[in-house]
Amino acid sequence: MNQVKRMITKNAVPLLFAIVCLLGIYFAKMPTQFLIMEVAKRLARNSFLVLSLIIPVVAGMGLNFGIVLGALAGQIALILSTHWEWAGLGGLGLTALLATPLAILFGYLAGLTLNKAKGREMITGMVLGFFANGLYQFVFLFLVGTVIPFNNPRLRISTSPGLRNTIDLKLIKGSLDGIWQIQYGFTKLPMVTFGVIALLSVCLWFFFRTKLGQDFRAIGQDRHIAGVAGIDTNRNRVLAIIMSTVLAAWGQIIFLQNIGTLNTYNSHEQVGTFAIAALLIGGATVTRATITQALTGTLLFHVLFVVSPMAGQAIFGSAQIGEYFRVFVAYGIIAISLALHAWQSKSLAKSSLEEDFSVSG
Amino acid sequence: MKDQLGKVYRAIGLPRLIISLFLLALIFVALGTELSVADLLSDSLVRVGMNGIFVLAMVPSIQAGVGLNFGLPVGVICGIVGTLIAMELSLIGFGGFFVALGLAIPLAIISGYLYSLLLNRVVGQEMMVGTYVGFSVVAGMCIFWLLAPFKNPAMIWAIGGSGLRVTLTLADNFAGVLNSSLAFKFLGLNIPTGLLLMLGLVSFLLWLFFRSKPGVAMEVVGRNPRFAIASGLQLNTYRSLGVVLSTVLGAVGYVVYAQSFGFVQLYMAPLMMAFPAVAAVLIGGASTKEATVLQALIGVVLFQTLLTVAMPVTNQLIQGNISEIARVIVSNGMILYALTRTTGGEQA
Repeated sequence: MNQVKRMITKNAVPLLFAIVCLLGIYFAKMPTQFLIMEVAKRLARNSFLVLSLIIPVVAGMGLNFGIVLGALAGQIALILSTHWEWAGLGGLGLTALLATPLAILFGYLAGLTLNKAKGREMITGMVLGFFANGLYQFVFLFLVGTVIPFNNPRLRISTSPGLRNTIDLKLIKGSLDGIWQIQYGFTKLPMVTFGVIALLSVCLWFFFRTKLGQDFRAIGQDRHIAGVAGIDTNRNRVLAIIMSTVLAAWGQIIFLQNIGTLNTYNSHEQVGTFAIAALLIGGATVTRATITQALTGTLLFHVLFVVSPMAGQAIFGSAQIGEYFRVFVAYGIIAISLALHAWQSKSLAKSSLEEDFSVSG
Repeated sequence: MKDQLGKVYRAIGLPRLIISLFLLALIFVALGTELSVADLLSDSLVRVGMNGIFVLAMVPSIQAGVGLNFGLPVGVICGIVGTLIAMELSLIGFGGFFVALGLAIPLAIISGYLYSLLLNRVVGQEMMVGTYVGFSVVAGMCIFWLLAPFKNPAMIWAIGGSGLRVTLTLADNFAGVLNSSLAFKFLGLNIPTGLLLMLGLVSFLLWLFFRSKPGVAMEVVGRNPRFAIASGLQLNTYRSLGVVLSTVLGAVGYVVYAQSFGFVQLYMAPLMMAFPAVAAVLIGGASTKEATVLQALIGVVLFQTLLTVAMPVTNQLIQGNISEIARVIVSNGMILYALTRTTGGEQA
């Protein structure tokens, strides 16, 4: 009995959201087939991005709002690959390969910045994302076609500078999803994409059992003790951010090959918020995140995303209410879990502050 | 001579120097085109007046040790609710303006107090928590705008008969009451006297507050919490006071902003409103730990003039609207600079 109780308190957040989802499904009266189709599609699209958040959490750097930088690296690679007309699975692989050095560079710069803002990594990462977005827009909306010569009619309208607002990715659309699909009712399950996600999960699981992974864990537990034990904390923190950024770049490429069109100027904007909300709904916190939490969270968040407009229509007579409700949930869950985390660590910090006093005094 | 130059340089600081020089260069370029510099500066004056109070709202929260108030939308929403009720009652002119203020301020005191109770429990992470509390409040209020019992047909969707529209015009209520009162022309500049007087009044009151006993106590709490405890000051009381003041200024700021803008934008429009204000106070020379009324004013003048002048000038040189992107880059770059400058020791 006690065990059941502990299970429930430990998984309170995902259980609560599971109930909300079930209520939503009940009220929305959605055809089951449609629900399964939508959710499977979204799981294939988003899981990789959500998994990319885990490493920095374990390394004690909190939720990496800077994965936007990784998404940008992925998009830059996609723009170039469209320009060079890389097609099919090979093209997709080349694109991912092209995105990697970019993501490593961005992640390196982000890691250096975050090392200058210890204790404020999350807000700094978030602002860094906004800042990088500004630079990205500056380059692709102004410099391309004016300073940078670029005259591909599929990417540009020759009369004005900058890239088109939407870029058709038909050359690589579905190149990963389409390799092997299992038909289930109306739903085509993209088995290879799920396979890639499973592979990443296994790799992450394995990674945390290597020396480097254990170092990350140690730093996440206590940076000072890890430093005293001879771990180069600053270097490892940069490494953690680089890994997360590279994974996010690949994740964004997988996301966009599923969607098939790139909204040049806003495909990446909500990447951080939605991925983080999904991770937190799975029961992760600022200091603890597991692969299971990431995957359950993605599932619950996207069920909620699919059912809320129709549930809003059924309950309040307005689909818009449901749409705003899901945005509210995304922001609200982040606010609540950040507040809970700060609340808990404050009481910890307080006791260590008192220890400081007694030692120095 | 060299020492003195160094002193001046340190007093101004690198970011302010760069932005001032950039601004001067832009104005210089504008003189060379057929743009009217007087018009540009008139527009800047209006934008300084519109945004000034939002920037002032950052000062009490920084001084109380809470840091930059990224939760400014909490106050903004109170300002919007006040404005909407004044519109629902079809009040016009200064009457409407003051009713909007009179409704917004008590609302802001209540919500600011509740917000401060939360912030007092998350010491050290106020900025991050504040950002997402602001986002959640804006998103949550979207549902309220759809369900709120407003009946004025000018405000709700014509079809369906409920739910507020996305953009409401204040033209029939109190658009421009401050901007046009006592306005005059001087050297080709249109001076929005009422608007600037309002900003001056709020600045003066805030300046006065920081010279009063609670103001000084708040500064001590923000600067050195341990010393403040030793002096018998209640940390949380003064932190709450700072947050409430900041929220009230956010609400007042919105009513002033809306009357100048002439429209009320609902739904997701207030989402990012804290960011330009945060950037402006930092450009004025404030840090996450120290800010003065003067820095807020310098910041808003520099930042808003830069944005106003940058758009038409760059439009002459390159196509497209670069102002929005310049705003994003400058404001977030400035915030990044401030966040990474002081590491605050090795705090966890």
